[in-house]
Order: sequence, then C-alpha cells, then structure tokens
Amino acid sequence: MSERPDFSAFPDARGHFGQFGGCFVSETLMGALDDLAAMYERLKDDPQFRADFDYDLAHYVGRPSPLYLAERWSKQLGGAKIWLKREDLNHTGAHKVNNTIGQALLAKHMGKPRVIAETGAGQHGVATATVAARLGLKCQVYMGAEDVERQKLNVYRMKLLGAEVIPVTSGSKTLKDAMNEAMRDWVTNVDDTFYIIGTVAGPHPYPLLVRDFQCVIGREAREQSLKQAGKLPDALVACVGGGSNAIGLFHPFLNDDGVAMYGVEAAGDGIETGRHAAPLSAGRPGVLHGNRTYLMEDDNGQIIETHSVSAGLDYPGVGPEHSWLKDLGRVNYVSADDKEALSAFRELTQVEGIMPALESAHALAYARKLAPTMSPDQDIVINLSGRGDKDILTVAAIDGIEF
Amino acid sequence: MRRIESCFQRLAEQKRKALIPFVTAGDSSKEVTVPLMHAMVEAGADIIELGVPFSDPMADGPVIQKACERALAHGTSTHDVLAMVKEFRERDTQTPVVLMGYLNPVEALGYENFAKAASQAGVDGILLVDLPPEEALEIKPVMDAHELDMIFLVAPTTSDARIKLIGKAGSGYLYYVSLKGVTGSASLNVDEVAGRVETIRNLAQLPIGVGFGIKDAESAQAVSRVSDGVVVGSALVNQIAANPDNPEAINKAISDILAAMRNAMDQ
Repeated sequence: MSERPDFSAFPDARGHFGQFGGCFVSETLMGALDDLAAMYERLKDDPQFRADFDYDLAHYVGRPSPLYLAERWSKQLGGAKIWLKREDLNHTGAHKVNNTIGQALLAKHMGKPRVIAETGAGQHGVATATVAARLGLKCQVYMGAEDVERQKLNVYRMKLLGAEVIPVTSGSKTLKDAMNEAMRDWVTNVDDTFYIIGTVAGPHPYPLLVRDFQCVIGREAREQSLKQAGKLPDALVACVGGGSNAIGLFHPFLNDDGVAMYGVEAAGDGIETGRHAAPLSAGRPGVLHGNRTYLMEDDNGQIIETHSVSAGLDYPGVGPEHSWLKDLGRVNYVSADDKEALSAFRELTQVEGIMPALESAHALAYARKLAPTMSPDQDIVINLSGRGDKDILTVAAIDGIEF
Repeated sequence: MRRIESCFQRLAEQKRKALIPFVTAGDSSKEVTVPLMHAMVEAGADIIELGVPFSDPMADGPVIQKACERALAHGTSTHDVLAMVKEFRERDTQTPVVLMGYLNPVEALGYENFAKAASQAGVDGILLVDLPPEEALEIKPVMDAHELDMIFLVAPTTSDARIKLIGKAGSGYLYYVSLKGVTGSASLNVDEVAGRVETIRNLAQLPIGVGFGIKDAESAQAVSRVSDGVVVGSALVNQIAANPDNPEAINKAISDILAAMRNAMDQ
C-alpha cells in the first residue's frame, strides 16, 4: 500500500470518500444538513466545545475505558495476546453514548428542543434517551417492531428515561425501516428537531461527525497500547453493522501501516444461505439512507431483508467510509455467523467473566480464529463495543428458557 | 422541442394549468397501469408522473409506501415500468411521462442502460427524490444525451442560492414541495405556496408544478391559480388501495377526481 491516501483528509467537503458517501436526501432536508455541516465545521475545533465534550466523556460516560488484557482467553487460544477495549463499561453499556453526547451538544448549540433517533438493538436509543433526559430534550425513538419484540429490556429502559418508543411496522420491521421512519419524521419536523443518527451512515455530515465522536475509542486504545503493551497493536478487530464502533477504533490507526484491521460483518445463517447482514462481503454499491455505499440489494436495486441474531448488526448497508476502506484494501472485511457469535458470547463469559453484546461477539468470534495464527509477542485489540445484558432474553430463548 | 416543454407552452397559450397525476406503476397489478394512464389523460391529465416502486421510499407517507409494497409484491421491476410506458406510447404519443422514484433502482441498471431504455420506451423526464443537483453531476449528461428532462424538487426550506442552482440544473419543470413532510401529509397553505412560487419565479426560469397536500378539486384550483401545474398523488393512490381487485372501479374513481380537478382548474 505505498500509494495510500492520507486517511485523515477524508471525507471531502461534500462528504465523499472516493465514490462513496455524499448527500442523497430529498430537497427539504438539504438546508438542515448544510446548517449541521456548517455548525459542526465551526465547533469541531472550538476549544470550549472540545472541553465540554471531553468533560462529559470523562465524568458522565466514565472514560477512558480500560484496555484489558484477556490473559486466560489468550492462553487458551494459544497465539497472539488479546486486549479488549472495554466500551461495555461505558455509561449505558456500549460505545453508542460517545456519539450521542457529541450530537446532543450540537443539538443544544443549534437550539433544537426535540431529538429523534433510530435504533436496532436499542443501545443507540437508550444512549439517545439518556442524553435527552439529562439535557431536558423531548425524545422519540423509532424502532422496528421486530426489534421492539427481541429487545424488550432496552425498550423499557428508554421508556423509563422518558423517551417515547415508536414501533415501525413497515418493510422488514428492523433497523432500516426505523431509519426510513426517522427520516420521514425529520422531514416533517425539521425546524425544531435534531436527528441523532446512531452510526457512521446517513447523509453527510453524519458519517464524518459520528466517526469523529467515536474516534475517542481508537485514540485511547493507541495510547493505552503504547503504554501497556509497549507498542502499537498488530491487529484490530471490530464488528461492523453500520460500523461506528469499528471506525472509531480503526480511524486513529489508519495511517499506521503496520496495524492490520478486520471488520467483522454478521453472516447470520451463513453468507451462502443469503440470510445474513454482510453487504461488504456479499453486496454491491448503491444508494440508501442518504449515502452511496455497499448494500444488500437485488438486481432491480430493491433492498433485501437481512438476518442476524444480533439486532444491532441487522442492517443492509454500512457506513460509506468502510466501503471506501474495503475497496482500498486498507481494512479486511470478514464475517462471523450466528452460531460462531453465540459460541464466542458463551466463551468470553465463561473464560473471562465478561458478558459481551451479541454484536461484539461477532468480533470475538473472528478474533478467536485469528489469534492462533499469530504469535504470543503479537497483540490484537478487539473492540468490546457493548455489554450483553440486553441480549440475555435472546440467548435464553435459544437455550429454550422462558422467563 | 421536447414533449414537456411543448406541453407547458401549449398550456400557457391556452392560459391553462397542467394537471399532473401520480400513480405507482404496477399498483395494484401490472395490468392496471396502462389503461389507467389512458383513463387519466381522457379525464384531463396533461402530464403523467409514474412512480417506480422502491423498497425504501423514505420521502413518502404511508399511502405511497403501501403502493410500493403492492407493486413490489408481484415483482414490478424497472424493466416492467419501462414496458408499460412503451405500451402507453402505442396509443398516446403526446402526453409527457415522467418517471418518479429513488436513485437506487436507476443505479442498479446503470445510468446509460437506464437512460437508453427509458428514452426508447418514450419516457420524457425523471424525478429522483433522493438526488439533489449536487449529486447529479454524473447522471445529468447521460440523461441529456438521451433527451430526458431531469426534474428537481424545491422545498419550503430551500435557500435562494439553491433555488438558482436547481433552476439551472433542471429542465422541463420544477416540482415545488408545498410543505415540510412526506407525500400525503396534511393540507397545504395556499397563501404560503403563492409567496414561495413567486420567489421561485424570480430566481428560476422553469415552469413550476406544485405537489404534496393537494387532495381535491378545491385545493387543485387554488394551487393552479398561483402555479403552472398541480401534482396529485396520494389522493389517487387511495382509490387504488380501496379497490385493489377492481381495475374498472379504480379507473372510474380516479377519472372522477381528475375530471373534477380539471373542471375546477379551467374555470
């Protein structure tokens, strides 16, 4: 990769990462997106804004999150040392809150009294409801009816936090449909509403600003690796649905040529069955939800229904920067299926006493294959993007246990 | 001269305004669409906007979302839509047809393939809801080469600078979205629309069609007084939803609505 670009210089002014990204929305939203991009451009290097963001991350979220050496699991796998970036220890239990803190600060600066969000697993919905409660903002969260069913605990958490959860019954009743409905809400209430998108997808400037807010993960991991391991890691592994936890870990390392990166998509029942959620592994470029990116679509450009045991990865698209990094060959995109993820979920719980989110378990499942191919003087950092409490009912149901 | 331009020129000479109905192609079945297009012309339609069904119609309200679902349920493809236009052209060589939809189905075919096939089928223009002019730099020359007009939206939130940009990027007509919301939303405010249309006229040269929120003869008449054309969609699609298995009832109900609009607009 001698000709690699300076990764920190992207996206361009209109939100493009090569052919990917951009701003594909109906005209009614163009003004609001231009305003948001301008506001972010003005605030991102503003010392007061940075200080407010850093303060909240330290004192409200509890950062920095630890970089934990999983000694027992590393030894068991018999290869590279495995380090877990403990985003599961954040307030609300996942990396999502890093972004909602940032976007809520933007909403405050723009004087919007109401926020909306889409959510899949419910982690982003909870993180949004949390910051909305703290800032006294009205909050409505769109969630696919199927996800409302399989993530009941998070639905109740959002309600307790004062948010209204609106089940979405159109289409496949999952994350993509929740995003459609949130867009429809925003186009109707654009004057008083800030749309807090939960991942690095959507129209410009969302993939940029969500990435920037999530980069705290990678910045910390870089510093912690140098301090605790005495060197940069040899490999990074993170799960990819929309891809915000992955880009947050990867981005601060992209210009470090020696660091290999693995983005792990959800293979569901297996890529070969067609029942999966792995657009980078088995899709092609198209336009959905405001950006050009790899999508799961049929020959007519209709979006295909996805499948994953993990609601947070059950999405037919992916952040446009990932599409670009795939085509450039900078990041390796691989996949883990439902069974592998569930097995890794159990293994980490039993070997390290850490119960991971099913999303993060996809990253663990791939790392489990990668580690034995590497040597004990090498280091892998896995983004443990969320904790598994929310998934207990799903896993129990698979075990045949009813509550 | 292209069909859309000559249509607006002829209407201007007659001091009449364009009546522009929208239906989703393949709703409620593939067989319904072409006879319905002819019926709409007979009832007074000047231009037809034909929806290309998409799985994720983000800018549409529930009425047109369901129309897309009905059309996709029996596999209406973009090729099917083009075949419908071709069949329509066997009997009608005058009425402009604009395909309205989302970018992804067009990208899936490829810009050149799509433009060539659309032009050969007799399509006159395309309106892609999620394609603002800034992202249309690549597709526009391809559409131009096949003499297809690109119709862009102008919204209540569009700045003056953007209206100028859109006016230069588009051809055929501009589609003014009368309210902040999705298709089929609550009623529009005619005074507000009148003010905005006036602003657009001062900044752009194209005829202005107004859509979103036009439900009946009264609202069509009021909007036609302040614009060059009236687009009606959800009010018609509702009739298809009410009679999905009865093409004759669909044709009659939609024709009745359009005839009443035509009559009110021409008074």
